[in-house]
Amino acid sequence: MKGMVIKMNMVIEIKNLNHHFGDNKVLKDINLNITEGEIFGLLGPSGAGKTTLINILTGQLQASGGNCNIMGISPTDMTGEHYKQIGIMMDNFGLYERMSCYDNLKFYQMLDNNENINIELVLENINLLAAKKTPVMNLSKGMKNRLAFARAILRTPKVLFLDEPTSGLDPKTVEAIHEMILAEKKRGTTVFLTTHNMYEAEKLCDNIALLNKGKIVEYGAPQDICRRYNHQKKINIHLKNGRDITLEHNKECGVQIQTYFSNDEIETIHSTEPNLETIFMELTGRRFEA
Amino acid sequence: MTYHIKAILWKQLKDTLKNKAILIQFIMFPLMTIIMEKSISLPDMPEHFFGNLFAVMYIGMASLTSAAAIISEEKEKNTLRVLQMCNVHAAEFLIGNAAYIISICMLGSLVIGCSTGYTGITLLKFLLVMLVGHICSFLLGAAIGTAVKNQMSATSITVPLMIVLAFLPMLSMFNETIKKFSKFVFSEQLFVFMNDLSEICITFESGIIMACNAVLILVIFLIAYQRGFKISK
Repeated sequence: MKGMVIKMNMVIEIKNLNHHFGDNKVLKDINLNITEGEIFGLLGPSGAGKTTLINILTGQLQASGGNCNIMGISPTDMTGEHYKQIGIMMDNFGLYERMSCYDNLKFYQMLDNNENINIELVLENINLLAAKKTPVMNLSKGMKNRLAFARAILRTPKVLFLDEPTSGLDPKTVEAIHEMILAEKKRGTTVFLTTHNMYEAEKLCDNIALLNKGKIVEYGAPQDICRRYNHQKKINIHLKNGRDITLEHNKECGVQIQTYFSNDEIETIHSTEPNLETIFMELTGRRFEA
Repeated sequence: MTYHIKAILWKQLKDTLKNKAILIQFIMFPLMTIIMEKSISLPDMPEHFFGNLFAVMYIGMASLTSAAAIISEEKEKNTLRVLQMCNVHAAEFLIGNAAYIISICMLGSLVIGCSTGYTGITLLKFLLVMLVGHICSFLLGAAIGTAVKNQMSATSITVPLMIVLAFLPMLSMFNETIKKFSKFVFSEQLFVFMNDLSEICITFESGIIMACNAVLILVIFLIAYQRGFKISK
């Protein structure tokens, strides 16, 4: 197919974006392109600038320099109609504590003047139908997160911004939110996700950027990045007899592995690609959770 | 966008009617008026004494504190940000809140007026004076609510202001020096109007004082409004 150009629809474009609070530079020359239907993850420790970038992209904050566009429109020029195509879930919920789950969603439905949304169905999808009359203040953190997620997707947005959607949650709730995010991707929604959880990024994201002190230090598909930083190039094998073997990644190792396989001796086999946290450490000397 | 205002009004009814601290503000003075007007009667007591006194306290407290509390809570809990994302304009947000707070306060004022013994045209005049007072008080409360970051800061500003607005007219009845200063406050002027509802006569001095109060409140409100709702730079 020589000469064929596949043009991907850019949903989020960021060019040389800078931001500072006084003398403190929090974002430095950010360049990113996020395509339609992609789950993009912005990874970095607390204070790296993740929320600031989301605030700029959603028009809550005006960048000090550079450009960004969401579906071809600068966030500062967004009107109500543009906002209807965007869903936002922030780290601090923004839910009405004294109102029930149902009333919270009903209120946002009324703000959009959209009577076509079946709120009970939405609550059922996020497993909160039983708690529909429960005031938000009586919900657990996981339930609040799910409700905030439901509010973000209530308008069936084209772009979804999720700021640390699973931070501080139990594994079961994390799993439930991951499923909801993947369901959104299936629907064609572009997801911009910030997290400091590398497993979440590896599991969900098509592409990630590692952000450190306001600067992107690495970008790409999680697996590609891990392969890029595989300096050891070794293979770890755990045999059924309990022995652990480490082989150099070369021609001879292939023959050896084949022998182990033919003798049905292998319990597990792993390559030694580093995980994202190790790569981040290598690049910045910092840990994600720091 | 009337549906935004309608939605905010609906939300306030659902949300704030469960907020006991706000509810107390709305019903405390009407309730006290009923009790005092029915239970206390002294020989030399001026006509409608308790009714007018509590009415002016109601103006100084209810709409001021509830507006400041509701708006500052929206800021503190980040719900205001979400409303902005839903394209709710500052004016819609404030009109929605004003419609809710002033309507409830006017219901309370009706209770105060009726239990004080006002009827017919006099009751309408009383309600008109109360409406002016609640609007001024709401704008001041809204200015505080939009200017501060959280409810704690709002309370620390509204409490002294509330004391001035609510208690100055009462104190001025007993002290001539206080009266010289209190006449510059809108609640004192409204108290003067209330004390002679049969023939409200706006003197030149009263007119100037009320106009200055209105301009000052509007300026304070507009400054806070512009600062409180702009996108952070």
